[in-house]
Amino acid sequence: MGLRRFVLKRVLLTVPILFGVSVITFVLVNVAPGDPVDVIVAFNPDIGPAEKAQMREYYGLDQPVWAQYLRWVGNLLQGDLGEAITRNRSVNAIFMSRLPETIVLGLFGWAFAIIIAIPTGIYAAVRKDEMGDHVSRIIALSGISIPNFWLGLMLILFGALTFNLWPVLPPRKPLLHPDTLWFLLLPGITIGTASASTMMRIMRSSMAEEINKEYVTAARAKGLPERTVILKHVLRNSLISVTTVAAFLTAGIVSGSVVVEVVFSWPGLGREFVQALNARETNLILAITLFTGVALVIANLLADIVYALLDPRIRYG
Amino acid sequence: MSTQRGRIQISGFDTERVTEREPLSAWSEASRGTTQSRWQRAWGRFRRNRVAMIGIWTVAFMVVVTVFARPVTVAGVTIQPISLAPYDPSTILYLDPAADAGRFDPPSLTNPMGTDANGRDLLSRVMVGGRASISIGFVVVFITASFGLVYGAIAGYYGGWVDEIMMRFVDTVFAFPALVLALVIVAILGGGYWQLVAAFAFPGWATYARLIRGEILSVKQNQYVTAARALGARDRSIIFKHVVPNAVAPLIVQASLSIGTVVIGVAALGFLGLGFPPGTPEWGTMLDQTRQTLIQGPGGSIPWWATVFPGGAIFLFVMAMNMIGDGVNDALDAQQVGEAPQGGGE
Amino acid sequence: MALLEVEDLTVNFYTEEGVVTAADEVSYRVERGEKFGIVGESGAGKSVTSMSLMRLIEDPGRIESGEIRFKGEDILEMSETEVRELRGNEIAMIFQDAQTALNPVFTVGEQISEAIRHNLGYDDDKARERTIRLLDEVGIPEAEARYSDYPHEFSGGMQQRAVIAMALSCDPDLLIADEPTTALDVTIEAKILDQIEELAEEFDTAIQLITHDLGVIAKVCDRVMVMYAGKPVEKAAAEELFYDPKHPYTVGLMSSIPRIGDTRDRLQTIPGTMPDLVDVPTGCSFHPRCPYAEAACTRKEPKPVDPDTGMDATGTDADRAAACLAYTGDLAGELDYTVEVQGEDPRLQLGDHRE
Ligand SMILES: Nc1ncnc2c1ncn2[C@@H]1O[C@H](COP(=O)(O)OP(=O)(O)OP(=O)(O)O)[C@@H](O)[C@H]1O
Ligand SMILES: [Mg+2]
Repeated sequence: MGLRRFVLKRVLLTVPILFGVSVITFVLVNVAPGDPVDVIVAFNPDIGPAEKAQMREYYGLDQPVWAQYLRWVGNLLQGDLGEAITRNRSVNAIFMSRLPETIVLGLFGWAFAIIIAIPTGIYAAVRKDEMGDHVSRIIALSGISIPNFWLGLMLILFGALTFNLWPVLPPRKPLLHPDTLWFLLLPGITIGTASASTMMRIMRSSMAEEINKEYVTAARAKGLPERTVILKHVLRNSLISVTTVAAFLTAGIVSGSVVVEVVFSWPGLGREFVQALNARETNLILAITLFTGVALVIANLLADIVYALLDPRIRYG
Repeated sequence: MSTQRGRIQISGFDTERVTEREPLSAWSEASRGTTQSRWQRAWGRFRRNRVAMIGIWTVAFMVVVTVFARPVTVAGVTIQPISLAPYDPSTILYLDPAADAGRFDPPSLTNPMGTDANGRDLLSRVMVGGRASISIGFVVVFITASFGLVYGAIAGYYGGWVDEIMMRFVDTVFAFPALVLALVIVAILGGGYWQLVAAFAFPGWATYARLIRGEILSVKQNQYVTAARALGARDRSIIFKHVVPNAVAPLIVQASLSIGTVVIGVAALGFLGLGFPPGTPEWGTMLDQTRQTLIQGPGGSIPWWATVFPGGAIFLFVMAMNMIGDGVNDALDAQQVGEAPQGGGE
Repeated sequence: MALLEVEDLTVNFYTEEGVVTAADEVSYRVERGEKFGIVGESGAGKSVTSMSLMRLIEDPGRIESGEIRFKGEDILEMSETEVRELRGNEIAMIFQDAQTALNPVFTVGEQISEAIRHNLGYDDDKARERTIRLLDEVGIPEAEARYSDYPHEFSGGMQQRAVIAMALSCDPDLLIADEPTTALDVTIEAKILDQIEELAEEFDTAIQLITHDLGVIAKVCDRVMVMYAGKPVEKAAAEELFYDPKHPYTVGLMSSIPRIGDTRDRLQTIPGTMPDLVDVPTGCSFHPRCPYAEAACTRKEPKPVDPDTGMDATGTDADRAAACLAYTGDLAGELDYTVEVQGEDPRLQLGDHRE
């Protein structure tokens, strides 16, 4: 099967999953008492019951859940994510303005994870059971054990407040301005630490396992230098196991962004999500949840493609 | 060498002499290797793992401290009267003129971890603060592992369309990052102990279901299950007698590693202000308050203690838990050190 | 000077269960162009001995003592770079299990030509050319097209041939063939053995052939060493070994080979199994399975001696040696087996004896 058909098939397979995600979220949000109108009323006590009913009718909140859902799906298919009622803005507008922030933060996290994890993983595997291995294992274990919000706070405490190397709040500059990118280092490290540690552990263990295989002895018996044996023969095989967890790591980065954006006051989708939850902003909650689903699906797909590229035994399909 | 050889016939190599004589020496094949069960061997290896043992002691210590920090009352009956914490965690110390304490006092002899923004004793709060997250961690893992075990066992054993439908649902749950789903649930149900349990149990079981199903599918291939089936054993007894014991090792590994994840998750919800009412002595919730102080810049001195201690407690607990999890993983791992095939071993 | 002289090689593995002595004072030599066989049951230490020749013993193993002289130079004293020069270039190895010896994620052709590029300094095109010629020589059809196949696209026999091509790629002087045919069925086995022999003759390469199949030894080798539990128990010219075996273990191995037209109703296999090397019996490690064992065998460890004179024969030069107390006058009884040679032609039947 060609690559294009493989991708197409995978995308089609995810449609029911995304459908499931939206149904679950929709049901969850709607079984709870309270809706955005209640939130608005709470802030404007002079709105009367008649006006409330009118608002509900206007937004279709008086209809049964299934009808609301159908309407939502219908709009979604036309690319309309609905209205953020309490904000008096369209979800599309909010979403699009926050998306780049979150994506850049996620990429920072990923980059940090890969840059740290692959070399240290190789190092630890090659130096297995030596001092360097023990030290890097303890660091990696700390990395998966440290709560990201606490790590973020500690970085603010020391990097920003004690040593004044970073501002406490994001600079009011364009996203790709050097100052902004500099600021992003701390949240990037915070969000990437857990992934870096997990990835390093997987890298180390899969590499240590591969090193014991006979093809490695065979490569050495050919007279190849150890560098080539490790960086060509062993690495390629170990990366296969690392890609299998890439999707899992992406989930970590996605959930991480919710917390980390709050810690660093970063104006991305994660912080928007927490606010939307507090305001019962159904459409915004749905949009962001669905987006996390899509992000995971894309990550999975990319991982599968990389996997197939790395391992000739895998045929697409 | 290709010279031709005649047919060779050996006589007089009488093997019966070996089988029928008294053994010449104490050496016998059976004497080598101990015939320990897998679990005994795993336990032995776990005991020898120093890192894991440090983890065990740390977890035990922290559990004891949270339990005995303040009395525990269930339905008005005090079942644990001991109170190790020096102060009530919600007492605002500066209201009492006798106590020489204010807001954000740095660590001192009277308040070893200092005081928080409201002038409450941080040590007492940190001691009590683990109650929710630690117990939720254990409860959630117990619930999710049991449910996932049954769910995955059913899907894996019956296969076919049952499996297909059940696993599609698992895929859907997996499409939510766990924390995102937990956030949605808590936003709906509101904060509180059992709400948090629900929030983490709902996404948590899927991992176990997938794991158990995978194990069962591979164990199903094994000869002995086929053999048991041929003998007419009933399906359910097959699952419980043969398959489950084999699948339980990876389940235990997963469970020991998940407790830490749930503890962090609970604290994260607390930190986001969704888990408990503000002011609750809970590790994450305590940090929420600190963040606001840090961002606003308290002016003058920075109350680092209010950040370092509650977060450090979470970190310490989760780290210890993961040390145990790693130890369990190493101990139960089927592959044994020293038997790794190398240089042509079979 | 012999091509290879191994003297008192001892290799230990430090495992969780204890120290395993996988090679225990092993001495032998291989002459230029000679075919030397090592035979013994699974776990006897054959592969470990061979791996030591290229210093490829990995953790938890360690070459404890001894000398391995290749063209007069001690491999164990060489620097890492010097050993690497040797590997692939002068000493090459055909691995026991071709499937695991090939890296699954690189093409077969690449895995052969990388050795050529590295050892002979060829450029990409010339290495590719040579690889294709080698693949063709070992009998892979359409070698040019097969060059860019991955190992999983090769059949078992073809993988084995590829591994042979890889070992021969840089014209080694010594070829270690570690059970090159165990994984294959009998017809392919015979073909591949022929091929190794032919190629070795063509390139004037010495072969150290490892097997647990005496039939293979009979077909290919000039001289043989029999190993048991890490120790060499008998050394002899192949001819002599079959007509006049001196060690009870060799006798046991030979009596357990099935033969066409065998009149006995069942095979005389050696009772019991080889001991786990963590816990080797005292004295002669073969005594629990030996029909001729006496109390003395449990106490005294036999050293290799010349079976005719009883003189010490531990060194590399000894061509005839057996490690049994019967030849040092320590036994009360005798080794009362007889070897009869019947008929003229029929060779030892090759092949289907496996542990
Ligand atoms: N990596 C290792 N770790 C621990 N022990 C090992 C290792 N490799 C080999 N051994 C020990 O060395 C002994 C000899 O192994 P070796 O591979 O040389 O046997 P062999 O004679 O080649 O057997 P086979 O016919 O099965 O290939 C084994 O019994 C094993 O206990
Ligand atoms: Mg071997």
